[in-house]
Amino acid sequence: MTSKLSSGRRWMRIATILRGRALRALLVLLAPVGALVAEAGPLEKDQLKLGFIKLTDMAPLAIAKEKLFFEEEGLQVQIEAQANWKVLLDRVITGELDGAHMLAGQPLGATIGYGTKADVVTAFSMDLNGNAITVSNAVFEEMKGNLALGPDGKPAHPISARALKPVVDRYRAEGKPFNMGMVFPVSTHNYELRYWLAAGGIRPGFYSPDNTGGQIQSDVLISVTPPPQMPATLEAGTILGYCVGEPWNQAAVAKGIGVPIVIDDDIWKLNPEKVFGVTAKWAAENPNTHLAVVKALIRAGKWLDDPENRAEAVKILAQSNYVGADEKVIANSMTGTFEYGKGDKRAAPEFNVFFKHFATYPFYSDAIWYLTQMRRWGQIAEAQSDAWYFEVAKKVYRPDIYMQAAAALISEGKATREDFPFGTDGFKPSTAAFIDGIEYDGKKPNDYLSKFPIGLKDMQTVAGNEVVSH
Amino acid sequence: MALIDDAVARTALPLKERLAPMLERFDRTLKPLGLAWLVSLARLLVGDRPIQQLKTIWHELLVPLIAIACFLGLWSVLAPRVVTSLGAIPGPAQVLQQFSVLWGDHVAEHDREVAFYERQEARIADTLAKNPDAEVKRQTYLGRPTYFDQILTSLKTVFTGFLLASLIAIPLGVLCGLSPTFNAALNPIIQIFKPVSPLAWLPIVTMVVSAVYLDEQPGFPKSFVTSAVTVMLCSLWPTLINTAIGVASIDRDLINVGRVLKLSWSTKILRVVLPSALPYIFTGLRLSLGVGWMVLIAAEMLAQNPGLGKFVWDEFQNGSSDSLARIMVAVLTIGIIGFLLDRLMLALQAAVSHDLAR
Repeated sequence: MTSKLSSGRRWMRIATILRGRALRALLVLLAPVGALVAEAGPLEKDQLKLGFIKLTDMAPLAIAKEKLFFEEEGLQVQIEAQANWKVLLDRVITGELDGAHMLAGQPLGATIGYGTKADVVTAFSMDLNGNAITVSNAVFEEMKGNLALGPDGKPAHPISARALKPVVDRYRAEGKPFNMGMVFPVSTHNYELRYWLAAGGIRPGFYSPDNTGGQIQSDVLISVTPPPQMPATLEAGTILGYCVGEPWNQAAVAKGIGVPIVIDDDIWKLNPEKVFGVTAKWAAENPNTHLAVVKALIRAGKWLDDPENRAEAVKILAQSNYVGADEKVIANSMTGTFEYGKGDKRAAPEFNVFFKHFATYPFYSDAIWYLTQMRRWGQIAEAQSDAWYFEVAKKVYRPDIYMQAAAALISEGKATREDFPFGTDGFKPSTAAFIDGIEYDGKKPNDYLSKFPIGLKDMQTVAGNEVVSH
Repeated sequence: MALIDDAVARTALPLKERLAPMLERFDRTLKPLGLAWLVSLARLLVGDRPIQQLKTIWHELLVPLIAIACFLGLWSVLAPRVVTSLGAIPGPAQVLQQFSVLWGDHVAEHDREVAFYERQEARIADTLAKNPDAEVKRQTYLGRPTYFDQILTSLKTVFTGFLLASLIAIPLGVLCGLSPTFNAALNPIIQIFKPVSPLAWLPIVTMVVSAVYLDEQPGFPKSFVTSAVTVMLCSLWPTLINTAIGVASIDRDLINVGRVLKLSWSTKILRVVLPSALPYIFTGLRLSLGVGWMVLIAAEMLAQNPGLGKFVWDEFQNGSSDSLARIMVAVLTIGIIGFLLDRLMLALQAAVSHDLAR
């Protein structure tokens, strides 16, 4: 409801605004930071519905709402839990949700047409790390003999899949399937689980255009299970291990049904995990709203990485309309520790990173890593040129919107220049901080693919049950 | 004179005979609601056939109460012995506690709304203080649905689905009953689609609704329409079949009378067919509402309609130590509401039949 003004005063007001705009336009031409702070216009939509899945890394959304960051941007946001990743993605695509907490692979998969095809973009990376691989008690008992012990008598970390290989071999020799779970075909968990298995010499299986089960030529059978059902299926013996985010690994420990053996920070140090995804159409139709959302989320990420705030974050996440798990289960991983099996609590200060190390910036090299893994396992059926990888990454990841939001926050005094990677070209420096030590350079995706002993490379494709080299 | 004589004569009667006709009327009204024991109590107090009233009270009130008490006792003793990975199965005490927590959340939501408006006013005052000519926008509070809002959403959805189903099933049923040819034509289709589970319909309905319902109206989001349509598809069969049977078994004489009187088609349907088939139709409606309520909970879980089904699914996903108790609150709520809906239909049926009998 706008306040009513007489026409005289209204014309005066318009003149004032126009004068202000002329001045601002002048400033825009002059200041470099100002160049990014274009006149942020009125919000196109101020009531939004955002979706999430019950995992602790939806925290930026919850915090932005509870600490009133959304409200301060003029947004009223409803944050609604979704049944599973497929329903969440579909509802964003049909427009029932304005945006959602998404797996980093979902905007990429949707854009290249793997699964439902739609143009989905992201301007905000929600966090780094946050996952772990858990196996059942029985499997861990069998693995124990293969584990090197540290000086304190407990297993030395990180545990490589080489310790799991004899167990898998025994199952296969007896003709029993070794089932493992992950949350979605284009999930970070799928790619991390496969990376870890392949690094230990276990074949995770290929996808082909005709067979989307992902189990061609595999030593273990990897399938999809929604995160909240994972502890139950592990208990039932339907799966023998899974890769999932929190609180589902610590929940398995609390219930005494499984043992987490490796966290994803050990598989790839500081790996990108979730993003905030919207359809390209929505972003184009609601640029100011999108900017406001990204601003609020950046502030939430910054708040979360202040160690003093983590305890309050745990309390907020434990509410039944957010993550809902018991506080003590969430508390572990959110406050810098991780419990590997009952009583084996170790320090894991970077288990969840929400802002440090430029965690919220959508780096192109992150998008390209996921694309390479999609190619490695056959979800991208044909070999693609390096240029293709860059093109897709630039289409899906929108650091331009992120930097606009960053500039706006700096000018409002809510963030500093040091918080943001000014001057980056979108590619992180080349790194070998992986569990198998293979170096990744985002600018050379095909080169990277050829370094793996297990996985498709060069012009290979999967036809029927065979890998065909061309 | 006769009237005054009557009144005088009536005052000479004992109390129980004076009140008898009124109590008889109450009895007829309250019986379908299951509250006939109130009338028996009243009769007992006036001394009308006390032994019979005691027997009625025993059967209608005390025996059920004792059974419920035994059930609660058994539950609270056996439940803690079954330990699942989510903790021991909650007994009635914990379930009651979670119910009060949910009520507390509902009340707290009101406080949040008040706080929001206070903050908004403070912000507006601030903006106007800096620039008295600034444009201000007042938003209405968009809260999150509490447990009781979810119950209302579920009821709204089930009634929408049920009404849609009735609008389709009753006319089709009448046609099936009146025309054996039509019945033979429709019967195989009915038999094939009747056993289909709502979860099998759901993906198809979701796709169709997404494609067809493009202009989302406020108050009728896509998830609501999907759930309502799924409820409709699953609950139209009992009404359809019962209406067809009811219409087919109308007394031949009535149909002949209609033919003799050369009644128009619409008069025949409204004055002859429907009133005679009414008991069957109502049985069908009762069954449909029951089926619809069951189907709704399943449909909501996947269609993401913010009702009781979604509440149960979200609590399951939470996996907290309170989750099982909260799910049981939902189970009991669903059961009690289902029971009340059934009673509502019974009372409606009694009222309509009574009106027609007069």
